[in-house]
Amino acid sequence: MNEFKPLPSLPPPASLTGVVGWLHKNLFSTPLYTILTLVVGYLVISSLIPVLDWAIFSANFTGNDRSACESGTGACWAFIGNRINIFAYGSYPAAEYWRLDICFALLVLSFGPQFFDKFPYKMWLGVFSLTGFPVICFYLISGGAFGLESIETGKWGGLALTLMLAYVGIVAALPFGIVLALGRRSEMPVIRTFCIAFIELWRGVPLISVLFMSSVMLPLFLPEGMNFDKLLRALIGITMFQSAYMAEVIRGGLQAIPRGQYEASKALGLSYWKSMGLIILPQALKLVIPGIVNTFIALFKDTTLVLIIGLLDILATVQASITDPEWGSVATEGYVFAALCFWVFCFGMSRYSQSLERKLHTGHKR
Amino acid sequence: MAMENASSNELAVQLVDVNKWYGEFHVLKNINLNVTPGERIVICGPSGSGKSTMIRCINRLEEHQKGKIIVNGIELTEDLKRIDEVRREVGMCFQHFNLFPHLTVLENCTLAPIWVRKMPKSEAVKIAMHYLERVKIPEQADKYPGQLSGGQQQRVAIARSLCMNPKIMLFDEPTSALDPEMIKEVLDVMVELAEEGMTMLCVTHEMGFAKLVANRVIFMDAGQVVEENEPHEFFDNPQNDRTKLFLSQILNH
Ligand SMILES: Nc1ncnc2c1ncn2[C@@H]1O[C@H](COP(=O)(O)OP(=O)(O)OP(=O)(O)O)[C@@H](O)[C@H]1O
Ligand SMILES: [Mg+2]
Repeated sequence: MNEFKPLPSLPPPASLTGVVGWLHKNLFSTPLYTILTLVVGYLVISSLIPVLDWAIFSANFTGNDRSACESGTGACWAFIGNRINIFAYGSYPAAEYWRLDICFALLVLSFGPQFFDKFPYKMWLGVFSLTGFPVICFYLISGGAFGLESIETGKWGGLALTLMLAYVGIVAALPFGIVLALGRRSEMPVIRTFCIAFIELWRGVPLISVLFMSSVMLPLFLPEGMNFDKLLRALIGITMFQSAYMAEVIRGGLQAIPRGQYEASKALGLSYWKSMGLIILPQALKLVIPGIVNTFIALFKDTTLVLIIGLLDILATVQASITDPEWGSVATEGYVFAALCFWVFCFGMSRYSQSLERKLHTGHKR
Repeated sequence: MAMENASSNELAVQLVDVNKWYGEFHVLKNINLNVTPGERIVICGPSGSGKSTMIRCINRLEEHQKGKIIVNGIELTEDLKRIDEVRREVGMCFQHFNLFPHLTVLENCTLAPIWVRKMPKSEAVKIAMHYLERVKIPEQADKYPGQLSGGQQQRVAIARSLCMNPKIMLFDEPTSALDPEMIKEVLDVMVELAEEGMTMLCVTHEMGFAKLVANRVIFMDAGQVVEENEPHEFFDNPQNDRTKLFLSQILNH
């Protein structure tokens, strides 16, 4: 009788390689694909040329008033350059810009390394960005301590304000959302009912009305003399609103964890909080990273609504500047610039979430 | 047999007239069971007869509504502290392993000793490696559960329970989700465990295993214990007609 001998393993067959191979395989493999490629290519190039011409080749980049842009047919980026400080810092006093610069540098320093897989102290940076960073920034920006001049929140604005609103909203909404999601699944009726009511209440009203209520209505209900900052009220409003959304996203993740995981952690003797913190939440949060980031991005863009309660975020400063008679019609440039700023940060969050997902991937679940 | 007159604090597990309902459905009916330390019990019966429910009551994954369950001298009640105490002494292996997919094999094993027993990490790792060697997969310690075969995963699950140094082990059909070739590697580990004197309650249809290690086989149907006997008598000379029918069905293919 023959003994069973497995066949030797062979290397996979060589596929089409090189640029020509790639082009052939992906763009020109059949006549239909070739036609599609040519048509789409033509459309892309023919629409890109005027855009590039407007944005770069015929654009004006320098100058201090409308005369700089009267000659060209392209974009008037000189306007952006001229107003960049207002867009970035709002009406924060120019002599104190360095404080915001430090905060911004800290932001870059504590999040930049997260994009590099090999960087060693990521965990500590993460802890810092959730604890030390907001505290340092708060004291730096508001002043009134350590010999820094106090600057009232009415002067905060521009991109700095947008980032601040979004950052606080994100950092606060995540833990609140987790607590609400756990509460909604709790077996204790009082807690469950409270969480459901909270979530459904905040999720059911538009953010604009939340902001309006927090700035106009709330002071009417507060006792005389008790008055807290408009920005703080907006922050609380945004946080409550976003926590409700976040809670539902996270609940979706909790729902997806098999019952066996709860049972195994119970059987090992883990308490409720330990099994949540060590077993259930790490898996649930990982599952819903795309949903969480989606919520963050929505929050980031929703911060523009603070305009209606008189806080001037980046979009508001742009809008105020484009009506300035010192410059001609620069509305397009202004909005394109604002859009670009938002896009850069949203895209950054999206990339970060993807790198996080790859890092946390631990093979197929069984 | 010892079961008649042993006093409760000598028993590893004692069930007295245990009844349980799922809503209107009476799933356990007057279950009485005494398990002395070191005893190995195999529980079998048709699907839906309440086997899982019964052993899950022993570490309170399910609540019973009537009767008494005493594990290791501790009676199970609403009291969370007692439940925790019982769970620390009782290990459990599931049909679908239920390993934690986001942790490595080693982390799966050290998690409970570190967080429940408050053991220093280095000691927990030492113990975990010891048990992983015993289930013969120390080389997989740094892999994730998703990268292991079913048989390997079940052995990790056994090692994970053993790391808590339990006095009693519960198995709920530990091999029924496995391919035939992997069943043996898991049963071998369980036989070894039995030979070392672990108290075991095991829901399984592996009759070879039952004959080899069990002191007693319990047959359940419709939420009741129908017959209970030592394995040779049970298989060769079943008393109840229901048992005979069941045995003829599982032994005939
Ligand atoms: N959570 C539950 N809610 C309602 N009924 C349940 C629940 N769990 C189990 N049951 C019912 O209780 C009965 C006993 O279930 P159990 O899982 O204990 O059976 P089993 O003997 O382990 O069966 P199997 O061999 O299929 O695992 C079954 O009829 C089942 O439908
Ligand atoms: Mg079962």
